[in-house]
Amino acid sequence: MKNIRNFSIIAHIDHGKSTLSDRLIQLTHIVSDREFQDQILDNMDIERERGITIKSQTVCLPYTAVDGKQYFLNLIDTPGHVDFSYEVSRALASCEGALLLIDASQGVEAQTLANLYLALEHDLEIIPVINKIDLPSADIERVKKQIEDDLGLDPETAIMVSAKEGTGVEDILEGVVRNLPPPSGDADAPLKSLIFDSHYDAFRGTIVHFRVIDGTIKAGDRIRFMSNSTKSYKVEEVGIFQIVRVPQKTLSAGQVGYMIAGIKTVSDTRCGDTITLDKTPCVKSMPGFKEAKPVVFSSIYPVASDGYPELVTALEKLKLNDASLIYEKDTSVALGFGFRCGFLGLLHLEVVQERLEREYDLSLILTAPSVQYQLTLNDGTELVVDNPALYPDPTLIDSAKEPYIKATIIVPDRYMGAVMKLCLDRRGINKNYQYLTNDRLEMIFELPLSEVIFDFYDKLKSVTQGYGSFDYDLIDYRPSRLVKLDILINGERVDALSQLVHEERAVSRGRTACEKLKDEIPRQMFKIAIQGAIGGKIISRSTVSPFRKDVTAKCYGGDITRKRKLLEKQRKGKRRMKMVGKVMIPQSAFLSVLKTDGE
Amino acid sequence: MEKTIASPAAGIYIHIPFCVKKCLYCDFYSETALSRRSEFVSHLIEELSLRQSEYPVDTLYFGGGTPSVMDPDSIGTVVDTIRRLYRLSPDAEITLEVNPGTLDRTALDRYLAMGVNRLNIGVQSFNDKHLTLLGRVHTADAACRAIADARDAGFKNIGLDFIYALPGQSVQAVLDDLQRAVAFSPEHLSCYMLTVEPGTPLEHGVKSGDFTPLDEEQTADHFRLVSQFINTNGYAQYEISNFSRISRANGVDYRSKHNLKYWNHYPYRGFGPSAHSFIDNRRSWNHQTLDAYESSIDGGLLPVAGEEVLTREQQFTEFIYLGLRQTDGIDVQEFERRFDVSFYQWFQPVFEQLRPKDLFRNSSERCALTLEGQLIMDGICRIMVDRNLQPNL
Repeated sequence: MKNIRNFSIIAHIDHGKSTLSDRLIQLTHIVSDREFQDQILDNMDIERERGITIKSQTVCLPYTAVDGKQYFLNLIDTPGHVDFSYEVSRALASCEGALLLIDASQGVEAQTLANLYLALEHDLEIIPVINKIDLPSADIERVKKQIEDDLGLDPETAIMVSAKEGTGVEDILEGVVRNLPPPSGDADAPLKSLIFDSHYDAFRGTIVHFRVIDGTIKAGDRIRFMSNSTKSYKVEEVGIFQIVRVPQKTLSAGQVGYMIAGIKTVSDTRCGDTITLDKTPCVKSMPGFKEAKPVVFSSIYPVASDGYPELVTALEKLKLNDASLIYEKDTSVALGFGFRCGFLGLLHLEVVQERLEREYDLSLILTAPSVQYQLTLNDGTELVVDNPALYPDPTLIDSAKEPYIKATIIVPDRYMGAVMKLCLDRRGINKNYQYLTNDRLEMIFELPLSEVIFDFYDKLKSVTQGYGSFDYDLIDYRPSRLVKLDILINGERVDALSQLVHEERAVSRGRTACEKLKDEIPRQMFKIAIQGAIGGKIISRSTVSPFRKDVTAKCYGGDITRKRKLLEKQRKGKRRMKMVGKVMIPQSAFLSVLKTDGE
Repeated sequence: MEKTIASPAAGIYIHIPFCVKKCLYCDFYSETALSRRSEFVSHLIEELSLRQSEYPVDTLYFGGGTPSVMDPDSIGTVVDTIRRLYRLSPDAEITLEVNPGTLDRTALDRYLAMGVNRLNIGVQSFNDKHLTLLGRVHTADAACRAIADARDAGFKNIGLDFIYALPGQSVQAVLDDLQRAVAFSPEHLSCYMLTVEPGTPLEHGVKSGDFTPLDEEQTADHFRLVSQFINTNGYAQYEISNFSRISRANGVDYRSKHNLKYWNHYPYRGFGPSAHSFIDNRRSWNHQTLDAYESSIDGGLLPVAGEEVLTREQQFTEFIYLGLRQTDGIDVQEFERRFDVSFYQWFQPVFEQLRPKDLFRNSSERCALTLEGQLIMDGICRIMVDRNLQPNL
């Protein structure tokens, strides 16, 4: 156990976590240079393209330190987005230490702080790492000061790195060996292991990623999960991750690895759950276990009217690998059969949409995301509603509540006014602000979740010219006055465009929705009237004017192929459109009603 | 409706890639390096011999660019070469596009002598202000002189090209151009609404705000005016932008036989840079630039840059699109023969969705567009072509 170190890299998005992981892996030669691929831990195309980590990955790095001894350094990579903060916390609970990565030119940001707090909650030893020191805009002294003032860490312990150029990477491995404690635990005690992730393998079923706290696990053991004592599984294989799975005879206290045990779907395992032996269970499960609850809901429909069976299959397969995705059948007058889905956040929603479209070649429509509202009816019945289609007759509703978050925003103080305006516009309440340094401000707001799920983060980035950073926690439900905003297209109500909004915001939302739809819906050969309505009352309107002239003047030998290709392209574009009545509505229009430009 | 061209004979198109100066709106390929003309002619002749064919040919069209910037003798050489290597029928339609700014009286005699029997004169406008706006090198006077000279030389089939819907152009200005045009009694008129093509100086000017294109409503008004005026002044529209003089007395058809081949999927061979060919459902196109074109031929290769064999679906798309461009419309029986479906049954949902009375002039033989239908024909095509993919439209 003395030769094991378990650590994570925690960082704000874009501070270079994936690049640093790549360098660490390259330095320990577990993959040949020929097989190496940038951002090797990010397996999904979406992760590489967006530069984010969605599924956490783990890798066991063998390293011979300056002291001549061989160590096994388990790097537990974590998702880098607030939507997945519970998964991050479980990964951190499997470590003894963490590298806190800070971009030398960006400095400490809200997520850096949030991650540090999370790490400190788990009593992790922290090694600050200043990355991107090769950048001309790097300001190491400033970052060191932030490390001292904002984070309360000793800046002298910070390791200077350029992951891109490979500078200082060896120092990190040495630092991990010297400054992080080895795991503690009792290999002879009853088995107690913490699940921090799982993924689905088409051949082997669910692969559970875990850290052994106490005891030993081996193939042939009969195990169970502490959250469900009724079901047990026989372990088929245990092993460690070295990009590929490397089977081991046993995994003992302190080690990190995987288990295959004939588990059919990832939903049968829960992140944060404890694995123990069926016959000789441990006394207490690991603390902090909770079920990840979706907070954002949206309906998914296939664009093609005959695409439903494919969507069913695709969702079933995706669910195998994504336990936090929940869904149930839904129908829409405008869009036909689909599913109401729950997501951890908007990024999660986008990831699911992209994976369904990319990996299963589906063309989908997602309706405007909604939060869950708590309603009390006149007769005392309590009701949870996230789907505008299921919103009851307003005369039956006694009261409504909506979820609130506590938002932590860190910005240079020159943007204070802009951030204040943004948050107040979103019905926020400023609870507190404090200077972290002489020009950096931490602002705390309480905001309705419904106001931040869509484009809040983008807006924050834009009003702060990219300097604002944001983190949030759900806090409670508070009374709200809700109305259902409907959209009518050529006089017909399109149920999939309805949304639940706060009464105060209804008129401006209605207006924006009409304007956005006007921009999204392509001109057609007839006039298209778009109206926003609450109950029977029209509160906003816009018009898509028809083509007055839509004809190509000349078409000779050299023009025909080009013209045909244009028609083919337009026809392909229609794969992403839905006919509602006589009107073609593009996929993107269904989400656009929530956008808030021009408010 | 009479069957237009019964002959399966092919057309030949020769692209002359030179201009004295590029016009602001033009996206055809041309060079202003006139010193390369003689080199080009030898390459063109080489291409003609590389592609020698026994296939009967009944139209020959010199387009560009500006064919009239060539020495008439070079045009003569090309015509002779084609006569020698291809089966050009003795009564073939031989058209030359000419620019009033590059035309003199003696050249006209020589063109006539070598067999050119149809002139297409790029007048564009009789208004000098508008000619300058378009970046043309000639004046209205020069255009009038060119037409008069062509008649004087003995040309019996003259076409005039016009452009309308220019920035700031009034309805009256369009009418003035048309009145002066018909006064010359040309056999053919092509009137194009100004199109802002990508990559042209015109597009640049629109983006920078130097030009403000007419809005759609004004452009539509111009289109209606052009069609109505020409159609009531002794001409018949036969394609979106093309009109021919009605000459029932002697039964002569003044429609451009050559251009009709493009719209009816008849075979044609194109020579010169960027020219397209279409033979046996295969369309190919030459290298776009003079450099690529010539070096390919220097290497003993056909200067072909690409080709496609039309799938059934692509034929379908083109058949609809090219059919609706013509005033006669889609030949319903031909459609049914080619695609083996009942036309009106197939498009039933489309006609339900659109306003067939306003937009179509349908009969059991033909599906054609009204004037209002023509104005939005690209949109109509998008819907009809879509029918191919979405049986449940």
